[in-house]
Amino acid sequence: MLFKRPKNSLEGNPKIQLKLFKDKSDTTDKEMFTCKKCKKTYSKNELLESLNVCPFCNEHYKISARERLNILCDSVSFTEHYSELVSCNILGFEGYDEKLAEARKQSKENESVVCGVCTIEGIKTAIFVMDPFFMMGSMGSVTGEKITRLFEYATDNSLPVVGYCVSGGARMQEGILSLMQMAKVSAAVKRHSDMNNLYLCVLTDPTSGGVTASFAMQADIILSEPKALVCFAGPRVIEQTIRKKVPDDIQRAECVMENGFIDNIVGRKSQKSYIGRLLKMHMRYEV
Amino acid sequence: MNAYDHVLIARSKGRNTCIDFIKEIFTDFTEMHGDRRFKDDMAVICGLAYLSDIPCTVIGLEKGKDNNDKQKRNFGSAHPEGYRKALRHMKLAEKFNRPIIMFVDTPGAFCGIEAEQRGQGQAIAENLYEMSAIKTPMLSVLIGEGGSGGALALAVADEVWMLENAVYSVISPEGCASILWKDSSKVKQASENLKLTADDLKSLGVVERIIEEDETIFKNLHDDMYELIRKNLKLDKDELVLKRYTRYRRMGNLND
Repeated sequence: MLFKRPKNSLEGNPKIQLKLFKDKSDTTDKEMFTCKKCKKTYSKNELLESLNVCPFCNEHYKISARERLNILCDSVSFTEHYSELVSCNILGFEGYDEKLAEARKQSKENESVVCGVCTIEGIKTAIFVMDPFFMMGSMGSVTGEKITRLFEYATDNSLPVVGYCVSGGARMQEGILSLMQMAKVSAAVKRHSDMNNLYLCVLTDPTSGGVTASFAMQADIILSEPKALVCFAGPRVIEQTIRKKVPDDIQRAECVMENGFIDNIVGRKSQKSYIGRLLKMHMRYEV
Repeated sequence: MNAYDHVLIARSKGRNTCIDFIKEIFTDFTEMHGDRRFKDDMAVICGLAYLSDIPCTVIGLEKGKDNNDKQKRNFGSAHPEGYRKALRHMKLAEKFNRPIIMFVDTPGAFCGIEAEQRGQGQAIAENLYEMSAIKTPMLSVLIGEGGSGGALALAVADEVWMLENAVYSVISPEGCASILWKDSSKVKQASENLKLTADDLKSLGVVERIIEEDETIFKNLHDDMYELIRKNLKLDKDELVLKRYTRYRRMGNLND
């Protein structure tokens, strides 16, 4: 069956891709933005100032990995790791080279995840942030390798890991090797956990497929942004399987929390202080 | 034979399913039902059996035989409770120092509303997480279709073997063709590109051994299993888990 027009965040909607913290000079007050949810129109600057969250209806628009790091990390505290790792078309999959080139151009990243070490509210932590503008955060071999290395680094240095997930799932252009990343990262998460280290992750719109079925659901604390699509199989795949309409809200974070799989929903503006507080609460108490 | 021919054979009617392998390779198979949390998922078979003189935990995805049986087993597509039942038996195996032998044959984890509500993703994630460090020998054999995460949730092991006509893939060729080329008739092209045959997977280091599908298959499998399990039972448990970690650690490490 053919796929119809995109209707959920998994399938992407290029129209609503906004770039935050872009040269402030080229976004004048004149540039207007209309929220696709509440239909209110206001200046783009206003949207950017509220971290790409609609100030009227709280719709959380996508932001890049770098923008998230800017919001989250204490200033100049972020040191990037493993940025030298670059994916290649290992299986010789048709059209993948072009897709990769396009993804690099669009996201200005080498891969769908940015890893490193930073401080959040003064507490040192390892951090990975996936980027929705790189093939919708799909998980390739390098994505898995970078996250695995980060967990190993955090294990060796007894650091917590904070992770931001956004992903359409495993990257099919890397075939079985992308599936194997699920097992590889999971094993590293387990080792990190077995040494009594904290792993906290934040699910953002959309978190799905192989990422949901691995490290997105393995954290000690799982948070989510409001209304994020959190699922294993996306709505359209389910509709094709069971030939029934899937109600829009049942795979949204609020519902997934009701079903018991998310600890709390935290808006973008309060994430830094919320995560900072949790990191502090996990510091060992010495008598 | 092209990749899509393997896909068709792997799915073909009359092909041996998990139950046949259990019956032919093991003795005294004793099935155990239910995940102790929600229900008994018949797409996953769990139980105890002897591999010659070694008591083992046997876990497998079963597609079913006749139409009625297939419906009951949901065509081998497990719900979260199926994976949770499997994990419960893995933990028991670890407790009693029994090796675990798994058979994989599934189009994929079930994609339905209830499966989502009960945490399909979480169930698979928990299996991958726990299986990476279960302190007992584990072996997984792909006997038919290895459909993505639903197959991987029973395929984290010390070694993974594959029947010569089995396939193992991150997405079905139909799904791949439909998403990438908006044309589900391009399944053959998708099958080639996905590198899903036993030969492909062996050269990628994803499986250790290809099992020939001839009339002595059950005996050969039995003997090979017996040899591997005995070897791994002698290993120190931490060493075994470290070897398993290393097995997955090297996958797709393109830069070294």
